[in-house]
Amino acid sequence: MADTIEVSLWRGRGDGRYQTFTVPRRESQTVLDVVTWVQRNADPTLAYRFACRVGMCGSCAMTVNGRPRWTCRTHVARVVEDGRLRIGPLANLPVIKDLACDMTAFFEKWQAARGVFAPSATRAEPMARISPASPERRAADAAIECINCAVCYAACDSVRWNEAYLGPAALNRAWTLVNDVRDAANRERLAAVAGDGGCHACHTHQSCRELCPAALNPTASIAALKRRTVRAYIWGEL
Amino acid sequence: MRGEAGHRRSALWLAALVHRLSGLALACFLPVHFLALGLAIDGDAHLDAFLRWSARPLVKVAETLLVFLLAVHLLGGLRVLAVENLAWREGQRRLALMAGGGAVLAAALFLLVAFR
Amino acid sequence: MNVRLYLLQRATAAIMAPLVLAHLVLIYYATSRGLSAADILGRTRGSLVWGAFYALFVLCAAVHGAIGVRAVVGEWTPLRGRALDVAMWAVGLLLAVLGLRAVAAVVL
Repeated sequence: MADTIEVSLWRGRGDGRYQTFTVPRRESQTVLDVVTWVQRNADPTLAYRFACRVGMCGSCAMTVNGRPRWTCRTHVARVVEDGRLRIGPLANLPVIKDLACDMTAFFEKWQAARGVFAPSATRAEPMARISPASPERRAADAAIECINCAVCYAACDSVRWNEAYLGPAALNRAWTLVNDVRDAANRERLAAVAGDGGCHACHTHQSCRELCPAALNPTASIAALKRRTVRAYIWGEL
Repeated sequence: MRGEAGHRRSALWLAALVHRLSGLALACFLPVHFLALGLAIDGDAHLDAFLRWSARPLVKVAETLLVFLLAVHLLGGLRVLAVENLAWREGQRRLALMAGGGAVLAAALFLLVAFR
Repeated sequence: MNVRLYLLQRATAAIMAPLVLAHLVLIYYATSRGLSAADILGRTRGSLVWGAFYALFVLCAAVHGAIGVRAVVGEWTPLRGRALDVAMWAVGLLLAVLGLRAVAAVVL
């Protein structure tokens, strides 16, 4: 193992440039370790995000050698190419500074897709009894572990090409709520994902599924939404 | 952008691109095809002249390409319909490769038929 | 793309799948036999079946192609909104008109 790696980090806003640092190579080093080393030892003006360091929060997502990844869970050994690393902020989102992107649009689309639970009961009523084995709950559980890291959003070319497209994460969440039998807003939700920029704008490239660090499958969720919205449309429910 | 065209393109991404490009090519080809057939309006002679012209080897090769485009668009489209309407199945890459391979076979078969 | 356009596009795709297959078989047959205009037109002229088959094919292709082109143009060019719809209708009408004219040419 060589002593050092050449790390190029994006500096500035959308019209910035890459700046290269020489970073000591260590065993079991993650990409987040590398970025942190630069900020603490080489250039304290470097801006980046992280929180948990252990793959639970999704804050540290960045573009590493062309792919969006959780940097805390990406070992340098797995991604370094010829002793080099190229790290930038997530794609498809405006850059605030350096490696930190503006997540506003991502969360606005989450709202626009009605990725929010709408209660149908109050605290005065007894709790809903939902079997974990029911088909709806199984469908929801398969997609529920999303931590909004935006890796899928950054990977998606339909997002890149279509500014109206709500994106894989928002649609995936909408699908889990469509399967939540307690939810009261399904009519509005289906309408939200059936318009321009809705689930039908997905071209099944499946980059989201391939790159999701939580091993989720937004492609399947979106396909299911396509079927559900078509059915609703044919039955005049949309 | 920031110089990152994106992550390595997978077989599935390529399949989608091939599907899109073949569709565009077919959409451009169809009006030409329709105009050629429309030659029959003035009687057999014009259409015959066209068919004789299309018997040239270079045209046959171009037709083979068209057959490939049609076949790859059909097979890729069937794959998309399967993803969107059937239960999720693993092995998506294999399906994409099979669609591409099938189209190549179809075109090769046409080439054989055309030059027999 | 929305649910209505999506449904039209997928439905025409499904309808065309067997039509394309039949068309390909026909092309292989005609090419291997080296059919002339007289051979082909002799079979298609006055035929209700061929007329219906290809008229359906043409209309489906026009709808499917127009919506497909709209999706691509909406993603790969700056065209949006009304201009996009106009482009879609233009492609659809072009394919439908030229296509039905061709069907008429070989059937009537």
